[in-house]
Amino acid sequence: MKSKIFWGAVAPVAAILNSLVLVYLILKLRGVDPIEMFKLMASYGFDPRNLVSELNQTVAYYMAGVAAAIGFKMLLFNIGIDGQYRMGAFFGGVVGAAVSLPPILHVLLIVVTSMLAGGLWAAIAGYLKVRRGVSEVISNIMLNFIAAAIIAFLLSPSLLGVLPEGSQTLQTREIPTSGRMPTIKAFDSEIYSFLFVAIAVGVAYWVMLNKTVFGFNLKATGLSFRAARASGVNAPRMIFITTVLSGAIAGLVGIGTLLSDTHSYSMAFPAGYAFTGLSLALLGRNHPVGIFFAAFLWSFLERSAPVLEFEGVPPEIVIVMQGTIVLSIVVAYEVVARINLRQQQRAVGSVAAESSTTKEAN
Amino acid sequence: MSKKVESLESPSKVKKFVKSPARITLVIATVFFVIALVESITGAVDISSPGTSGATLRFAIPLLMAGLGGLWAERAGVINIGLEGMMIVGTWTAAWFGYLHGPYVGLLAAAVFGLLSGLFHAILTVKIGIDQAVSGLAINLIAAGAARYLSGIFFPPVGGDRTVSPPVETLPTFTIPMIAPFFKSIDEKEIFLISNISGLIYGVTTELSVVTVGLLLLLPLTSWVLWRSKFGLRMRFSGENPMAAESLGINVYRTRYIAISISGMFASLGGAYLALVASSVYREGQTAGRGFIGLATVIFGNWRPSGVFAGSILFGFTDALRVRQNESVMAILLAAAMIAGLLSLYYALSRRWKPMAISGVIALAIFWLNREVETIPQEFVTVFPNFATLIVLTFLAQRLTPPAMAGMPYRRGSE
Repeated sequence: MKSKIFWGAVAPVAAILNSLVLVYLILKLRGVDPIEMFKLMASYGFDPRNLVSELNQTVAYYMAGVAAAIGFKMLLFNIGIDGQYRMGAFFGGVVGAAVSLPPILHVLLIVVTSMLAGGLWAAIAGYLKVRRGVSEVISNIMLNFIAAAIIAFLLSPSLLGVLPEGSQTLQTREIPTSGRMPTIKAFDSEIYSFLFVAIAVGVAYWVMLNKTVFGFNLKATGLSFRAARASGVNAPRMIFITTVLSGAIAGLVGIGTLLSDTHSYSMAFPAGYAFTGLSLALLGRNHPVGIFFAAFLWSFLERSAPVLEFEGVPPEIVIVMQGTIVLSIVVAYEVVARINLRQQQRAVGSVAAESSTTKEAN
Repeated sequence: MSKKVESLESPSKVKKFVKSPARITLVIATVFFVIALVESITGAVDISSPGTSGATLRFAIPLLMAGLGGLWAERAGVINIGLEGMMIVGTWTAAWFGYLHGPYVGLLAAAVFGLLSGLFHAILTVKIGIDQAVSGLAINLIAAGAARYLSGIFFPPVGGDRTVSPPVETLPTFTIPMIAPFFKSIDEKEIFLISNISGLIYGVTTELSVVTVGLLLLLPLTSWVLWRSKFGLRMRFSGENPMAAESLGINVYRTRYIAISISGMFASLGGAYLALVASSVYREGQTAGRGFIGLATVIFGNWRPSGVFAGSILFGFTDALRVRQNESVMAILLAAAMIAGLLSLYYALSRRWKPMAISGVIALAIFWLNREVETIPQEFVTVFPNFATLIVLTFLAQRLTPPAMAGMPYRRGSE
């Protein structure tokens, strides 16, 4: 068991080291002391106050990572997380502001709405994949743009949006207090209690995958579509359900911020969760704990990068670093898979050779 | 039986005429006639004005380059989702080297660095064999990050803002002698239909950038390579059936290396066009998803150079209209309704009832939209290419002929 964890972590750690070396070289080229920069980032990033905001960001990334991982288990490349997250956060915000309910029920309604919105938006790609044979990569890229446009349109003041005084960004109406989630005070800042939902989702993901028939069918279909189909799994249906499930989780990405911080969806909600989610699932090997560490690494890098600005290093170097980590990790997986395959072939070969020599001896 | 013969015989007259070589001329003439009609009805005269046709060309070239880049890669069997990132490479290098050593060097630098970014994608997907989508998306991310990092280091700050490069010298433009003034004079006479066409020709023959012409030439070149050259045959073979290609002695890996490198170079040149011709600076976010629209034109154009061209002109046209005049968008809707109506009529004449009904319904729906809605929101005009591609994929997927193995991993000697 110990060695399993060890071997599972080798490739991600190697990938991170690899990108650290690259960043080291880039910083060296810039003419600053790389070690000093790393120290600076670490001391800034591990400052308790910053840790809290990192944790909050980690939760959002974690949802994106789990959403991507569900897709990956089925060999689905859910690059539509961006659109699904937007749909979820937007409609969660709209519905949350439109109704008045008792506190817990209100929050529940918003969460369910977000999951529905994300899931339904993903269902388009799922339908196109299953019924029309359209690659989910292409359809999701197109759907991301379309989702952004639909929301931008609906956010116009004549429809669902409002422009608060002194602000430049359109947003949805504010969710009343009954629909907000409490925060936990820690080190002068606040941890979103949505963290617990994220933990629950992580646990549910693990249980679903390892302890249920559905999870078994899902993994089986991902490993071999044909074999699963032959053993009686309705594979197209599995693909569709997985897509919707992945979209539903993606719909939760923005909910922590929505319910504990901004209380309304605005155009300022960040983009780019899709590729982040996929990166985290790759780095965390689709494992709920692995994804958590990956998500933390991502938000740690992003939160501590701005400190580099003062030393004359543009903080966008972190984006390059993230990209390199992803590439290194997939390259590492590919190389390891290749070596394994070769060893297997060699083993089969030597067994075959042995049996043929014994035959000759007989 | 007799019924079948009848249904085959009777539409033949209409069909024969429409299928004849005159078809394209006829289609184009019809479209123009409709647009001219709509213009005289609605008074939205901007649709066929020289300004619009010139702008359409300027908006279409980057899409065309990205589309052709996507085409090269996919024909060889590798999907290039990194087009957007490669365009960013082009915008940044063209602007920076253009600023330092003049625009021609900028163009050259964009070509070289684009080639290298394509080669990078090729090494990752062909040699190492990682997922093509992961590689492409990572390239998008790294290119965007690197461009911002390098801007922060190299660009002199303009009011604390380092997201814009210093301006680059503009490239020379020229107006085609004889032709341009001739059509201009006709355009000014405002004769129905004829003036519209001349206005359009005048728009695309005047103040042409040399880069526009140079990049446009890459379209027939791509066509020639793809359909007439030995390398093109190998390339298409690698995309359709790499194993069979390998067994016939084609070096699939090398073919893909070359094709993907050229793909990167084309996309990067499209980016260079944005920085050097469409504007004269690099600006962060300048590519604005054009790489993905390029990807869309490949699908829209059914993996053919001419189709990619048509797609990029169409999408460039919507882009141009969006920027120029909102009434034009409404007028175009009317034109689309008329064309759908004509299509319905054509299907009725050739007795194909189902398509007739579909295009009839579409015509009525667009017509209704035109009557009921005051303006089409900008946002929807912007995503028209994405929407159109999704529609094409949904309803015409059976008619599309993508390279059979595009996007599939292929290892030499494996099944």
